Amino acid sequence: MTGHAPVLGDGDVARVIDRIAHQIIENTAKSGFDIALLGIPTRGVPLAHRLAARIALFADTTVPVGALDITLYRDDLRLRGVRPLGDTVEPEGGITGRTVVLVDDVLFSGRTIRAALDALNDLGRPRAVQLAVLVDRGHRELPIRADYVGKNLPTASAQSVRVRLTETDGVDCVELTGGAA
Amino acid sequence: MKHLLSAADVDRDEATAILDTATRMHAIQDREVKKLPPLRGRTIVNLFFEDSTRTRSSFEIAGKWLSADVINVSAKGSSVSKGESLRDTALTVAAMGVDALVVRHNASGAVQRIAGWVSGCSVRAVVNAGDGTHEHPTQALLDAYTLRNRLGDLEGRHVVIVGDITHSRVARSNVLLLHTLGARVTLVAPPTLLPSGVATWTCETSWDLDATLSGKAFGDVDAVMMLRVQRERMSGGYFATEREYAINYGLSPQRLDMLAEHVPVLHPGPMNRGLEISSVAADSPRSVVLDQVQAGVAVRMAVLYRLLAGAEEEVAV
Repeated sequence: MTGHAPVLGDGDVARVIDRIAHQIIENTAKSGFDIALLGIPTRGVPLAHRLAARIALFADTTVPVGALDITLYRDDLRLRGVRPLGDTVEPEGGITGRTVVLVDDVLFSGRTIRAALDALNDLGRPRAVQLAVLVDRGHRELPIRADYVGKNLPTASAQSVRVRLTETDGVDCVELTGGAA
Repeated sequence: MKHLLSAADVDRDEATAILDTATRMHAIQDREVKKLPPLRGRTIVNLFFEDSTRTRSSFEIAGKWLSADVINVSAKGSSVSKGESLRDTALTVAAMGVDALVVRHNASGAVQRIAGWVSGCSVRAVVNAGDGTHEHPTQALLDAYTLRNRLGDLEGRHVVIVGDITHSRVARSNVLLLHTLGARVTLVAPPTLLPSGVATWTCETSWDLDATLSGKAFGDVDAVMMLRVQRERMSGGYFATEREYAINYGLSPQRLDMLAEHVPVLHPGPMNRGLEISSVAADSPRSVVLDQVQAGVAVRMAVLYRLLAGAEEEVAV
């Protein structure tokens, strides 16, 4: 029963995604939208698809979307039991020479993004890599920051941030749970 | 899953997890950089006491694509030819601090013995790459993978395995795994090439290939697997002549035409063209022999990943 108030509700998530889409357009219009969105499974993938749909609507341009599974590149792979793999889907036209925008739901320690940068390296050589996240909850353990942040959410390390999306969980919301808040 | 010694070591969940992982691993074959990092710093020794091209090289490629260090030791040119015992050879290799042994041996049960001897060494996993006429679990997994790609879910599917069942570790592992995955298996062979005790296996048996392939005997067929006639394991007397065998149990063009549109033809290789399989069948669009080889690398990557990538004490079953 402790602290179940949603940080972002149904409409908020959509508004935040719209804002990030506008920011991506603003930042990449100069390059003629030579970008690709790469979602990190599980929830980064539907987020990337939603962003692409909004960019298509606002800027009338098609942005290729892919998925990047980082399981095999995790630095804690051998600390835990073996994990199932997610899908890696290369965006149409590949990533070499393009600006790649990595999309994830929560930015926490930064280790996922470090793994994603390693994984990208094996797929090709992007011109630049940017990062878009729905929630930045702090507690970074690596020198990594996001270029597009939906919501900065100060948290205690004992708390957990739960992102739910319609595609994966049937509802859009972000909740902060647990800890002594 | 600690070792993979028998197809019976994997339950349905584990088998499905291996096949799903293999699907993801398969994608790497189209990449420019064929390298993934999860087994960095792990050492795998392929210990082969019997000749092999595809199994050994696909285990080697699988290990290398996952960034493991892979060393091949074959009986020829090793201390085995100087008279060293199996146990001493296994313990010597294990003492070098390797993480996994992939073993093929011409004696049934040899791999199981090795797994027992090396427990307590640094070796985390022993994989059976074929032991005598007993088992070849990764072959069964790659066959299941190939079948799943062609047919979808294997639940209720009917697979016919034809040929030298007695000497076939492939057949034994396939019967176990296909049963685990919910498929139905019919073995077809001359009575001399059906092993004693086959009645206790989870499958049907028949001597009549035409009645089986047409679906009259055991219902519609979804896949056909032809086995190699293993001349090197036969001491003679199993059938009158090779010509007679080819006529009664070979996959001729006529028999190929009896099969429904969707039915793939598998063969674990190497093929004896003109004996158990005609060239027409081997080269037809139904033949998935090369798909099987490709699947071999992906499936072995999945097996090595699941055995070696995670934490030692907490390996998921």
